[in-house]
Order: sequence, then structure tokens, then C-alpha cells
Amino acid sequence: MIMETLENTSRRSFMKLAAAAGGGLFLGFNWTNSSALPVVVNAKQVAAGSVNFNSYLSIGTDNFITIISPNPEIGQGIKTAFPMVVAEELDADWKLVKTVQGNLDPGAFERQVTGGSGAVPHSWDRLRKAGATARYLLVEAAANRWKVPAAECTTNDGKVYHKASGKSLSYGELAEEASRLTAPKEVKLKDEKDFKLIGQSVRNVDNHNIATGKPLFGLDFYREGMLFSIIQRPKAFGMKLKSVDASAAKAMPGIVDVVTFENSVAVVGKSTWQVQKAREALKIEYEKEADLESSSDHNKIFQDLLDNGKAIVRRKNGDVDTAFKNAAKIVKAEYQCPFLPHSPLEPMNFFAHVREDGVELVGPTQTPDRARGEVAKLTGFPPEKVTVEITRQGGGFGRRLAADFVLEAAHVSKLVKAPVKVVWTREDDMTGGTYRPAVRYRFEAALDKDGQMMGYKLRGVGMNAGNATREDNFPAGSVDNLLIDSVDHKSPITTGPWRAPITNFLAYAEQSFLDEVAEAAGKDPVQFRLELLEKAKKAPAGDVKYDVDRMIAVIKLAAEKSNWGKKKGVFQGFSVYFSHRSYVAQVGEVAMEKGKPALKNVIVAVDCGIVINKSGSLQQIRGGVVDGLGHAMYGNMTFKDGVPDQRNFNGFRLIRMNEIPEVDVHFVENGMSPTGLGEPALPPTGGAVANAFYKATKQRLRNQPFMEDAAFKSIS
Amino acid sequence: MALFKLTVNNRAFQAEVEGDTPLLWVLRDNLGLVGTKYGCGIAQCGACTVHLDGKAVRSCVLPVSAIGKGKVTTIEGLSEKGDHPVQKAWDEVDVAQCGYCQAGQIMTAAALLKEKPKPTDDEILSTMSGNICRCGTYHRIREAVKTAASKTK
Repeated sequence: MIMETLENTSRRSFMKLAAAAGGGLFLGFNWTNSSALPVVVNAKQVAAGSVNFNSYLSIGTDNFITIISPNPEIGQGIKTAFPMVVAEELDADWKLVKTVQGNLDPGAFERQVTGGSGAVPHSWDRLRKAGATARYLLVEAAANRWKVPAAECTTNDGKVYHKASGKSLSYGELAEEASRLTAPKEVKLKDEKDFKLIGQSVRNVDNHNIATGKPLFGLDFYREGMLFSIIQRPKAFGMKLKSVDASAAKAMPGIVDVVTFENSVAVVGKSTWQVQKAREALKIEYEKEADLESSSDHNKIFQDLLDNGKAIVRRKNGDVDTAFKNAAKIVKAEYQCPFLPHSPLEPMNFFAHVREDGVELVGPTQTPDRARGEVAKLTGFPPEKVTVEITRQGGGFGRRLAADFVLEAAHVSKLVKAPVKVVWTREDDMTGGTYRPAVRYRFEAALDKDGQMMGYKLRGVGMNAGNATREDNFPAGSVDNLLIDSVDHKSPITTGPWRAPITNFLAYAEQSFLDEVAEAAGKDPVQFRLELLEKAKKAPAGDVKYDVDRMIAVIKLAAEKSNWGKKKGVFQGFSVYFSHRSYVAQVGEVAMEKGKPALKNVIVAVDCGIVINKSGSLQQIRGGVVDGLGHAMYGNMTFKDGVPDQRNFNGFRLIRMNEIPEVDVHFVENGMSPTGLGEPALPPTGGAVANAFYKATKQRLRNQPFMEDAAFKSIS
Repeated sequence: MALFKLTVNNRAFQAEVEGDTPLLWVLRDNLGLVGTKYGCGIAQCGACTVHLDGKAVRSCVLPVSAIGKGKVTTIEGLSEKGDHPVQKAWDEVDVAQCGYCQAGQIMTAAALLKEKPKPTDDEILSTMSGNICRCGTYHRIREAVKTAASKTK
């Protein structure tokens, strides 16, 4: 893979790039339809927009292979994984493969979103087919030139070989001839055992640019004549704008204007520091428009709604009332987590230029299509008059799925009639809402005299969480009598998806509760889970929406690799979760050091099907564990009268290097189609850690952050 | 507003800004050196780390007026071709996920190795724990610092 990658390249400039490579072979293929065939196209057709393909693979006469990667890159490694799949089927020389970040093209890319760990499962077949089709055409071109049967030709490292005659030609040398052929209707994909590149460790394609400080990110984007804007939003959730006196701010150096829209006051000026300082000179009055909630109110609301809330039933199997009436033993526990900001290290920012004839948007977004749609609505332009250029993104964690910051940029640019970049400070980012919702769960389990779980109840109460449960996840399907319901409280505090939405907390609560149930049943936690899964397999209770065998396999692998229950000197805690199509089991290991528990190691077993990039996958899994641990341990967002108490990293604690355990990762090798890894490693971590702490100290951690939990304080 | 003369990456620059402007924003907005990142503005995360006379400093809280004749090095000037041992180790170990914090991590590590070419594990841990990586690439940051140290003469 060459180091130089091209950011922010539109389809048109992709064409220019390909033309500069000296023509060659172009394949158009469709992300929308996995059964559609890649087709040979020519540069003119693409530039004219006369063919309806949304991604292109080009092989230049200079041997360079270029592919457009449509999905926003937020650190999940898609920009490296996608071309690996194409290069594998193509037998390309990886050193000659370039990736270009595609811009928003909704007529084309069907799923141009980063979220839900969905890009890899969505695109796997399409990418393979594109690579295999290109390879087929190159082989045909070589066979024609040599007048030998195509079946006698082989490919390797960007060349076609004919063994008998000793001839070989590079893909670049064949590209022109290949471009005159017709793509086949059927193309044979490689046998997975022949993969050479997939499964290897391939370094991030942007490593060099990152390590040398190239302008890759949204905040780095600069346009001549661009103004900077910083926005004052209401300081409390539940307040609205009453009046603004901007005279002092307007008089400050570098300030061009102060404009107001909705509940926002935007200072516009010539540099980030100038607008930041001028904002402090604004005199703004707010008035109440909704309840000003404090965290103490939330605690009362949680209890009230758990007891008296009007719950929506999410899943019901059997008859829980009878099961609990006949139970030999009932286990009950409640678990709670706070709101959390996403804290991507690059705060929210976006560039907008609302012109007479359309809108140009540039910046970090996980959902470019939503950004475009909302800006089109705001400005009155048809969507096709709004362009979105996607930059690399300094983390997302779900925050950039919203479009609020994009709309702000459009508002301000429209009002000041100039290109504007809206920049959020860390304080803006942390106090600006769209948090992971605070949730409280009440779990109840009914055990019979043999310790079998015959009844299971879960009620989730969330603050703007929608459905705070994931009713079809394990243990659903393994318990005959089950009731899962949820209650939602409408809070003025805004919420949104946060890496592994809902399951980022539910998995910990549930896996910790199952540990409690196993203990009450007098069973080993691993054995207890395996028995439930056997039940889900042999006599399922209702639909089972996870693969029982795959779940059993990761449990067994984690138990084996951690030497579960047999290791001396450490206390182990178990957790397993299925989310976002992948299966992950974890064992947390705590040692007692000077009478205090210390987390030493997390052993992880992962089934994500075929591993595309070993290095990138390890990063996602280790990062997921570190993220899951850090937020379970320290992450706390509290409110007083609607105002967030934590405003920056001095008040909101993120995990640091001296606080991480070793993370030991093992993959299940089953050759199945790959699934995503951006999220699935995070949910099980809290449970594995809390259960290990319990083993070591007999203190059950039921509240996040653990740091603030009385049980944790008593042992640390 | 005042005119400040700065030496950045061995080049002379001047910027007309208020004296309290943090070096970070002068680098980014005035000099176009955007490799140095904004993360928190209060010296908590280390994304803005640059070298001032060879020592790691947090440019987000360093007013431009305090620099005087000090020599500033940013990620863009750490090496001519991006081949400083720390930069090379960052690629070899494949550290970055989103990559946003890594310039600051690299500058912190490079300053550490300049002062202590063979740091102990504890020295690496205590120095590098000042920098936040939200993606959680800490295992590889640690490994990359060790890799770079093993190749530093």
C-alpha cells in the first residue's frame, strides 16, 4: 500500500486521478445490490454520470489500483479493510493499491454510514466480486494476447503468468486490453483457504499521514476567506434564549458578526481564539421552557418508574407470574448507569458555505446523507444542490451520527453569507448533549429447587433511551417464562446513540446479574451459561435470535484460554455477549495487591467470522475493552438544575495508559462471513470486570461508574 | 494585537495576534500548521503537545507572548521525511485508530526519548499517561515507544 492516500476526493477527481494513471481498466460496481455485476465502464461515461454505479475500481497503465471507499473513517479501519478484500480477490500487489475516501453520493452508495458495525458485513460480497471480476478480465486479456487458454494462466502480486511459456504481464500492461472486454455474468470467488492477504496484519493506510501531522481531519480543513464561529448554546437543558446583548463581543478584535438562530448565539470572526474570547463577552438571558432536572431528580424518577411506570412489553414468553409463585428461590437486583458524553478527541466541527446556487459542506460526519438532507431542508435547496465532503474523523463513538453541528454551520453561513467553520470547544462538546442515556434496570430471576432458571424479568427505565432493553438478546430464548419491558422518561437532556447503543450498559448489568443468579443456583458461572444455551438449543422458549452454537464456542474458547477456574493467584469473572452480529466472551482477572483488588488482565474470545485485517481487528477489540473498562470505571455525567457538572477532562475522567490491563485476544476460526468489530468488544467488558471484582472481594458492583459505587469505595 | 516573531521547525514566522493567544491557535490558524491538535484547551489530554527548546509542552495553554526566542518544533518538523524513530515505530507497530491524538503522543514520546534514550517501563508509563487516546490504543503506544527506544542510539 503506498503511503500517499487521497483525502477528500470527489468522484470527478477520482476520474482525474484515473486519467492521470493513463486510462486503463475501470470497473463500476454497485454497493446497493450485492447481486449486481461489476461492469466495465469508460472514464467518459463515469464523468458524465451516465452510468449508475457508485463505486469504481480502476487499474491504471501505471499498475496502480485505486478503489473508492465510501464509508466515513472514524478510526474503525474501514479504509484499510475494504481495499484488502478487493486486493485479495484481484491478487493485487498491495504496495500498489490506493484508497480514496468517497464523498457523499446517495444516489449511489446505499449505506454510506459509519454505525452499527455494519460496513464489513454489508460490503463483503460486493468487494470480493469486484476484485474477482477485475482479475477475470485481466486474465482474459493476457490469454487473448498470448493465444493460450485462460485456464492455463495464473495470477500473483499484480501480474498474470503463463507457466508453460514462461510469459508474464503486469496488470498495468493489460489494463487497456481488459477494458475492451465484457465483464462475465458469473465469477468464481477464491476458496477462503487460498487467502493470502485477508487474515494478515496490514498497517493502516493513513499511518504516514497521521504520524507526520497532515491535514486529514475536519478541524484541519481550511478554505481561503473562511470565517470561524463558536456558538453559545443554552447552559442548562430546559432553558431557551430570551435576549442577547452582543455589543461588547462585536467590539472585540477579529469579530465579524454575532448572529442568533433558534436558541443559539454564534460569534463569527477571523480566528478560533478570537471568537472563543468574544463569546465570553456575550450577555445572554435565558428563560425556562422545561423542567431543569438534576441527577437527584433522576434517581427518584428511576425508582418511581421502576415501581409504577407504564411499561411497554418488549418480549413475553410463558407465564412469569406462575413461575415466580412457584420459585424455590428468587434473585433480584438493580443496576444503574449515568449519562455519558462521547468525548471523541476531535470535538464537533463542520464547514459550510451556503451560496446562491447551493451548499458546500465539509467535515467529520458518520451520516453524510442525514447531514445533507437536514441542510437541504434548512436552506430550501433540493438535496442534489448540497454536497458533502467527508474528512477523516477524530473518533465518533456515535456522536457524529447526529447532524446538529452540521446544521449550525449551515445556519451561520447562511446568516453571514460567507464560508464558515463552526468549532466546538471541549466544554461545548461535553455540555452539548446527545449523551448516552442514563438507565436503571431491575432484574428478577426465579430458580426452581434444582437451580434451574424458570423465570426471568427485566424492566429497563431510561432517560430518553427509547427501548432501554434488547429483548431478544441472551438469555431470552433460554428461559421458559420471561418478561422484558421498558419505560422511557422524556427528559430535556438530549441523548443519542453511543458506541454499542444500550448494550454498552445492558450487557454489563445482565452479565453481572447472571453471575448473581449462578451463585444463588450454586453453579459455576460458565457452566450456568452453557446450560442455559443448551436449553435454548434443545427446547427454545420463543424465537432465538442469536446463534447458540457460536455463542457456546466463544464461551468455551474464553474458558480454555483463561484456564477458567483453575488459575492460581487471580480471581476470574466471566461475561459473554452477542451484539452487532459478533460474539464476544471475556474473562476479567483481578489480583489482590496489598489488600486491594487490581485488574490485571482481560482475556477475550471473539467470533467475527473471517478476520480481514488482523492488526486492525486487534486494535478494535483492545480499544473496545479499554473503552468499556474506562467508562464503566470512571465515566460520570451529572446535572444540577439542567446544567452539566462535568465540562472538560479535568472533571470527566477518561482512562489513561497506567490504568489499562493486559488484553489477550483470541479469534474463533470458523470461516464464516465477516462481521464488524467497531462495537462488539465493548459491551461484555464491564461484566467481566465487575464479576472478577466480586470474586476477589465479595462486593457486587451494581452502579456505574464503579469509582462512585459505595461497594467499590469499600474495597479500593 | 502585536507582532510576534517565532521560530517554528527552524523557520522564521511572524503572526499578528493578541499576546494571550495560545501557541496552539497561532500554529493552527495563523501558520497553517494543523498537525498539532486541539483536544481540551486545558492541558489535560496532550493532543496539542509540541517541543519548546526540545522539551514537551502543552501548546493549548502556552500564550504566544511567553515564547520569546524559544524554538518550537511541531509534528510537521519532527523530522524532514517523517522518519524519526518514533514516527517509524508508530507505523511499524500500527498504533493509530482514528489518529487524532497521535501527533501529541508522538511528540511526547520523542521528547521522552531525547531526555532518556532508554526509559524504564515505569518512565514510559508515567510520561505517556499524560496523553489521552480516546480510541484506547495504549497497548500499542507503549509498545511503539519501546520499539523506538530499542532503535535509538
